[in-house]
Amino acid sequence: MNMREKIEAAAARYPDQRSAIMPALLIAQKEHGHLPGPVLEEVADILDVERIWVYELATFYTLFHTEPVGMFHLQLCDNVSCMLCGSEDVLRHLEEVLGIKKDGTTPDGLFTLSTVECLGACEMAPVMQVGDDYHGDLDISRIDALLDRLRAVVGQATGADLAAAAPPGE
Amino acid sequence: MFEPVLLRNVDVPDGHLLATYTAGGGYQALAKALREHTPDEIIDLVKESNLRGRGGAGFPTGMKWSFVPKQAGKPKYLCCNADEGEPGTFKDRIIMERDPHQLIEGLAISGYAIGAETAYVYIRGEYALAIRRLEQAIAEAHAKGYLGTRILGSDFSFVVHIHCGAGAYICGEETAMLDSLEGKRAQPRLKPPFPAVEGLYASPTVINNVETLACVPHIVARGPGWFRGIGPDKSPGPKLYCLSGQVRKPGLYELPMGIPLRELVEDRAGGPLPGRKIKAVIPGGVSAPLIPACGLDVGMDFDSLAAAGSMLGSAGVIVIDDSTCIVKVATRIIEFFHHESCGKCTPCREGLNWVVKVLRRVEAGQGAPGDLEQLEALCKGIFGNTFCALGDGAAMGLRAALTHFEHEFVAHIEERRCPFH
Repeated sequence: MNMREKIEAAAARYPDQRSAIMPALLIAQKEHGHLPGPVLEEVADILDVERIWVYELATFYTLFHTEPVGMFHLQLCDNVSCMLCGSEDVLRHLEEVLGIKKDGTTPDGLFTLSTVECLGACEMAPVMQVGDDYHGDLDISRIDALLDRLRAVVGQATGADLAAAAPPGE
Repeated sequence: MFEPVLLRNVDVPDGHLLATYTAGGGYQALAKALREHTPDEIIDLVKESNLRGRGGAGFPTGMKWSFVPKQAGKPKYLCCNADEGEPGTFKDRIIMERDPHQLIEGLAISGYAIGAETAYVYIRGEYALAIRRLEQAIAEAHAKGYLGTRILGSDFSFVVHIHCGAGAYICGEETAMLDSLEGKRAQPRLKPPFPAVEGLYASPTVINNVETLACVPHIVARGPGWFRGIGPDKSPGPKLYCLSGQVRKPGLYELPMGIPLRELVEDRAGGPLPGRKIKAVIPGGVSAPLIPACGLDVGMDFDSLAAAGSMLGSAGVIVIDDSTCIVKVATRIIEFFHHESCGKCTPCREGLNWVVKVLRRVEAGQGAPGDLEQLEALCKGIFGNTFCALGDGAAMGLRAALTHFEHEFVAHIEERRCPFH
């Protein structure tokens, strides 16, 4: 299915097209990596809803990115349970080895580093989400191993495969 | 001997598949409900069981269902709150990842009871594995006739849709969730009207938490007396407790409602890390006021924790040991609430911004005399003055830290540094 067909299939689940804006944005972001203005307008046109409705959701919810992010978006939880279990050390280490600060992207476009609120996986704190996968019980050696695996994925593949190719968690 | 029911499948290989679920007696409660009970009888069973909502508020589930008008002239909706954003909470994720059919059976029976033909499961977008598993389980249940038209030969038809959230804690608030489902920014609504009368698309709507719905098949199968026989009579049943933080055995535990917090933390979860002592425990996610180590002999149920000045909330139990600075924990908690404030109510939006600034400077050793009074004045300005409980949770959490650990705040201000650094 192309993006339009996926969005129309999602919209069939609701009696009101406006409800389909969130699922449509998730579909569009998966397709485009992020949500620039023209993509938001395309979503509004497909659903035949007001553009402002689409803009306001794209800027309200934190999982929507209106700016580009790296191929691997490292989303480290730093809420209370993760903080108590060492997320600050993990963040410092990530900043050091990637050579970027929180909210930055490496010059090669591979990694964007963010901290996020509770991921709901506190039993494996500190935890980080990369793509669809959770990586838990993080320490410095696990972080290094994870970064190596992610870089290896890039070495083996090219182009469009990459975004979907983040290896699963341990 | 307490027998776990909610987690009985989570460690079973392929516990998320329909074949595993039905092999363990799954969907027999749905069959029994449709065959032997009218919808009203199901509501009565749940009322009799004294099941109270597991999302945090503890409202009696059967009573909530009974508020739905019988003749509405509009479709009725069942919404499952699977947005699980309360820091320290991960129980619903584990149910959906490892035993999604338990939730689906609960949804179907609950939908039958309230007369809904459509359910939306509002699940946070980060939970990719849970979303995949639940999608797969819904498809399996449809294929075998546990969902769809004329379920198991009855007159009851019911479909379940997944709606993925996109990162907003406020969606855990039920009316904000409804606005989000309608495709709007998630902001709480003024009540009344209550969702049971005017909820999703202005139609009668019931919103229940994942764990609440997962209890329903067991109540139907084993009877309300069985459920009430577990834990305190007014707050009974099996309960999921999420243990995290500075504790030896973090994880998800199913135990009776009302188990002493001390037993949960010190025995079940192995107590503090080697060489450490427990300083405080947050019993129900960060909205729940922390309890100092001397207060751990409290029962983990809605009424006992409320009497102790805290709350059961989501039963996200976060253990804090003596190596940790309470000012730092309080700052992090308020930063969270500030970040997640939806911006609708001025006291929450502006007040929390101000509280964060004061807390950060106190933690950095730049606090001034009068800062603690300032914090209390801000709590007073926020508490009770907002549409929803987000601001209240923040104010209650901060007040508990200030009350029980005032000496740590004072030390930061007097010594002009964090004593833990």
